[in-house]
Amino acid sequence: MATFMSLSDAIAANVRDGDTIAMEGFTHLIPYAAGHEVIRQKRQDLTLIRMTPDILYDQLIGMGQVKKLVFSWAGNPGVGSLHRMREAVESGWPRKLEIEEHSHAAMANAFEAGAANLPFAVFRGYKGVDLPKVNPRIKSVTCPYTGEVLATVPAVRPDVSIIHALRADREGNVLLEGIVGVQKEAVLAAKRSVITVEEIVDDFGPRNANAVILPSWTVGAVVKVPGGAHPSYAQGYYKRDNAFYIAWDAIARDRATFLKWMEENVMSKGPEAFAAHARRFAVAAA
Amino acid sequence: MTDYTPTEIMTIGAARLLGNDDVCFVGIGAPSAACNLARLTHAPKITLIYESGTLSTRPTVLPLSIGDGELCDTALTTVPVPEMFRYWLQGGRITVGFLGGAQIDRFANLNTTVVGPYDNPRVRLPGGGGAPEIAIHCGQIFIIMAMGQRAFMDKLPFITSLGHGTGKGSREALGVKTKGPTQLITDLCIFEPDAATSELTVTTIHPGVTREQIQANCGWPVKYAENVRETPAPTETELNVLRDLHARTKAAHAA
Repeated sequence: MATFMSLSDAIAANVRDGDTIAMEGFTHLIPYAAGHEVIRQKRQDLTLIRMTPDILYDQLIGMGQVKKLVFSWAGNPGVGSLHRMREAVESGWPRKLEIEEHSHAAMANAFEAGAANLPFAVFRGYKGVDLPKVNPRIKSVTCPYTGEVLATVPAVRPDVSIIHALRADREGNVLLEGIVGVQKEAVLAAKRSVITVEEIVDDFGPRNANAVILPSWTVGAVVKVPGGAHPSYAQGYYKRDNAFYIAWDAIARDRATFLKWMEENVMSKGPEAFAAHARRFAVAAA
Repeated sequence: MTDYTPTEIMTIGAARLLGNDDVCFVGIGAPSAACNLARLTHAPKITLIYESGTLSTRPTVLPLSIGDGELCDTALTTVPVPEMFRYWLQGGRITVGFLGGAQIDRFANLNTTVVGPYDNPRVRLPGGGGAPEIAIHCGQIFIIMAMGQRAFMDKLPFITSLGHGTGKGSREALGVKTKGPTQLITDLCIFEPDAATSELTVTTIHPGVTREQIQANCGWPVKYAENVRETPAPTETELNVLRDLHARTKAAHAA
């Protein structure tokens, strides 16, 4: 049931040490503000799930809070590597990162299976490739009708899913539009959820009848955080801060530079800093 | 004659292979440049699909990332990511998958996962993303990659996506019915799989490039087709449109 909370209370109440967490967003609507609150509250031994981990997960990994990463493509898109993740995998700093690696098709199907309350996902995939040799969770099943061998992966069932959406109404129904990724599935598959939104409105008003809406009785904590997706973007509110994604490459390359940046921009800042970001990057929302 | 770079002739060579009837699953980077160049020149009706769920998108600048707002704003419609992979890709509705990669072997298998042992890698690459299933579900695959000894490997440390496996018949043996890689466009030449063996074979060499240069940038003994042709040089229009696109993109991403 939707409960309006502050960001720090929402994270404190829903994220525990050792949790499995999905902070989803497919380039669009990545929940940076909420992720930074998880960093500030120093939650440990986390298992993070996401199809396309980018800078936010690089930050959590670099701060030593992550035990395991479940993913299908990890990088700074169009820019290069995630240097903090690479260092954790290649040389175990600040701690060795366990990885469970899939393809996008597998992860998308696994989120859907979680939302559908199925134990696993079945799909045509992984033919002639090496990933099943190094990931024992990739298995197969024989179709009872045709005899075809199909790939399977376990359903994604996070302890908590965290997403950023465009708007919530006063009852806590949540609206997403644009590139919607697997956020709906992530919330429906999880035991608990934290949803940050750009604004809270009396009524959604005229909208596309097919807009993605999570009804209030399917969501947990709802938190108003304007700019909460920055440096990613919120369709109709502000654009992607591509310059930041490019700048991150140099920040993350060196341990000391990274730690200093985190101290100055995350550890010693509160969620209100994001409202300022939002104003800086705001586009004229029609 | 107009001057052009090896990367420009690679992108232009790839764009020329696409037509109005293609429904194309576009990877980020060089594939995206080639597909949009085709759309802005000879194939205005080409259907471009990105894995973030955007169908028939017409971006005015190249996306830095697979899910940039530009792709959604200019798309016919945008579908959720699970639907993208289930109905559209696995459903067999895509004619061409356009991939890049870090490493390739002579049978066009690709590695974008790790260099060195998986559990203790020398270099951790981004991973497969959509590629393992793009490689088996699209009607055919075009690959665009610059040549070099570290990229064109005699034996890959890891196979992220299937090309022609260990040679002719490999795909069929795995129950895969699509054609797989039919074109590999590089900065020096174009390869196509040999009809009898499926080994990548040079069919077209870019102007001024020598066979010695090609071999020096390839980790296996390069085979040539019986009739090797010269790639037509980029036209002024192709170069202007491509440079314009890159200039617009650079300005947009720096903003």
